[in-house]
Amino acid sequence: MLRYMARRLVILLLSLFVAAIVLFVLLRLLPGDPANALVGVGATPEQIAAAQAQIGSDQPLAAQFVTYLGDLARFDLGKSFVSRAPVLEEISRRLSVTLPLTLSAFLLSMLIAIPLGILAAVKSDRWYGLLLSVVSQVGIAVPVFWLGVLLVYVFALNLRLLPSGGFPLRGYGDPARAVTSMVLPVLTIALIMSASLMRYVRAATLEVLGSDFLRTARALGESRTGALMRHGLRNAAVPVISVLGIELSTTFLGAVVVEQVFSLPGMGSMLLLGIQQRDYPNIQGVLIISTLLVLLTGFLADLLQRVLDPRLRKEARR
Amino acid sequence: MISITDITRQGARGRSALVALTASSVLALSSAAALAQDFDPQAVINIGSLYEPQNLDNTQGAGQGINEAFNGNVYEGLFVLTDAGEVEPKLVDSYKISEDGLTYTFTLKEGVTFHSGEPLTAADVKSSIERVTAENSASSRKRTLAVIAGIETPDEQTVVVTLSAPSISLPYNLSYVWIVNDAAGDISSGEDGTGPYTLQEWRRGSALAMVPFDGYWGEEPTNGGVMFQYFTDATAQNNALLTGAVDIITSVQSPDALSLFTDNPDFTVSEGASTTKELMAYNDRVAPFDNAIVRSALARAVDNEKLLQAIWGDYGTLIGSFVPPTDPWYEDLTGVNAYDPESAQQMLAEAGYADGFSFTLDTPDYDPHPVVAQFLQNELAKVGVEVKINIITANEWYTKIYKAHDFDATLQEHVNHRDIVFYGNPDFYWGYDNPEVTRLITESENVASMDEQTEMLAKANRIIAEDAASMWLYLYPQIVVSTSNVSGYPLNGLNSQFFVSDIKKAD
Repeated sequence: MLRYMARRLVILLLSLFVAAIVLFVLLRLLPGDPANALVGVGATPEQIAAAQAQIGSDQPLAAQFVTYLGDLARFDLGKSFVSRAPVLEEISRRLSVTLPLTLSAFLLSMLIAIPLGILAAVKSDRWYGLLLSVVSQVGIAVPVFWLGVLLVYVFALNLRLLPSGGFPLRGYGDPARAVTSMVLPVLTIALIMSASLMRYVRAATLEVLGSDFLRTARALGESRTGALMRHGLRNAAVPVISVLGIELSTTFLGAVVVEQVFSLPGMGSMLLLGIQQRDYPNIQGVLIISTLLVLLTGFLADLLQRVLDPRLRKEARR
Repeated sequence: MISITDITRQGARGRSALVALTASSVLALSSAAALAQDFDPQAVINIGSLYEPQNLDNTQGAGQGINEAFNGNVYEGLFVLTDAGEVEPKLVDSYKISEDGLTYTFTLKEGVTFHSGEPLTAADVKSSIERVTAENSASSRKRTLAVIAGIETPDEQTVVVTLSAPSISLPYNLSYVWIVNDAAGDISSGEDGTGPYTLQEWRRGSALAMVPFDGYWGEEPTNGGVMFQYFTDATAQNNALLTGAVDIITSVQSPDALSLFTDNPDFTVSEGASTTKELMAYNDRVAPFDNAIVRSALARAVDNEKLLQAIWGDYGTLIGSFVPPTDPWYEDLTGVNAYDPESAQQMLAEAGYADGFSFTLDTPDYDPHPVVAQFLQNELAKVGVEVKINIITANEWYTKIYKAHDFDATLQEHVNHRDIVFYGNPDFYWGYDNPEVTRLITESENVASMDEQTEMLAKANRIIAEDAASMWLYLYPQIVVSTSNVSGYPLNGLNSQFFVSDIKKAD
């Protein structure tokens, strides 16, 4: 297990390195110099040259690349071209919005999807089992921003129960407002996510329900529910967890849209703004940290699967 | 939005009487309304805005949002450009101009202190002007202030500015220069100004809060503080106003949502005078646009009124030239080359284009340009001119059009106040080259009085209108929406300023 973890960690770091290179190259493929965007239309050539010198875009690409990798190795993501603020500091402030947003949406979606998915499988012959799978099918087709706008319309504009967007100036120093401003964004993500998750849970449970070991367990006198609880769920969990890992990553990236709809100062809005302003350090920083988080999620999902499924551990040892 | 560097010249008086009257009567009405109800001097005013500053230093590329939040609120200049477009003394008590127009002697107001408690001195003024003209400054005012040859401070209250050439616009240009305590150092995330408010807190991506400054030298604010809340999305901003999370939104960029507020007694919709002009700029260097007859013909072929109605409904103004009503040299020129498709066709024939011609219209990919392009395509097709629409990004616009001058015609919005001077620069992207206009514009800066300056620029404006140098489609409306218990906010928002200290909120 330890050797496996070490190997996975090395792969993770290598992927991160490759991602860093790809990011650097892709951003530089864009036409135009970020210094232009910085000084604005009408700047004199001297102003542009000064801006280039300041952000280092006057250096040859190879030199820029070496500086970039060197900084990265020291966990230094640089300073924003536009705001001059250290990127890592800004990202950690933004993460304090995005991480709670995605994690609570993720937990909520599991709370919704797992019981309902199992119910939809176990009662697939009843009308409500069928209804549940239809609802989840429809839910997958709903775009995130549309649901967000709908929820704002109902809960903020009509019922006036929750704020329509924004985040308090003092952040979590104003806990009541911070929490209420998160409710609708979390619901938006969680509802969309639980729709697809429910289908996976239902499919995995159905497969287990038809398996030989469950039939054997029932033959040995266990009830259907008992057999499912004792032997079935753990088996059904293995494929669901790998899906969960992917879902968590997509949620994290999907937060870009939700943060935009609700004007939340998270990573997504930082990324969008960075792209508009050609703020390379901010774009690189956000994407590197996002990549790291996605890779870590995959890594954790992998480990969890191994803990649940002894067969995988055995394979790894071989 | 392209904010062209402002090679702005000045004339502090000589206002279009009509606009000043309209603006002040609207203000009078709203303040009358405020008198009727009592206001709460402790109320915090929440202002929704789409323009979050990128940092807090206006010489470091902070964007228009910093002017909105800080000009006149946290920082003050020697002069102020009022919401009605007048240039008035602020931190200056009095000033003298030498006979040759090359030396300005400013006497500073007494008893002014910075938020840090230090008194305002001549040395602060010197260092503040030098911040803007410094080599690493990204201020759009750097070029206009390059005429300053030296600054001396004979005593604590006196600043002597010497110029390399007379500049009648100096007070106007100085209204853009924040007076910052010379001991403040880096102000990209903090401040030390003399304004009626001090910065309380700024959370990037979210909000910026200011509270009244106890030691303010002038009148104290009529509210207990303001909070600018920043939105990335206009719908989210409108929702915040609808749900009471904000009291005012500083500028409405699309008419779609206005109906939510116009028929609702809970909200006030005010239209002020804007300086944002939508225009089709020809490349006046290339045929057939090097021919003023062709340009005039096209101007007559397009029904601007119908266009404005289609895009903004009942809002916005037609201008007939590049100068908006808040510039001192404004004159209603909508009658020059007015809509007249028949004469358009005759003029095209006269210029040798009886069968029309075709050209490519480089169209920025954001609102309202694509819609405007389609409208022009329809209108010009009626006189036999084919428009090929080429959609480009803002960055392509900058490299292809602004820098390389590689285009037939393009659409753009120009936001600045007093920017007719672009027509005096033959190297500007549209390449309009009329020696008489260049002379008038250049010399208008060196005159002895603002009346002379106004006269010369008004003349230049008439010439460019008769030449149909570009096709000026319309002036954007400047719309501010607030809840009906809030009053006293600026309506015109010239150069993105938003003075907050007179805003009142009823109980």
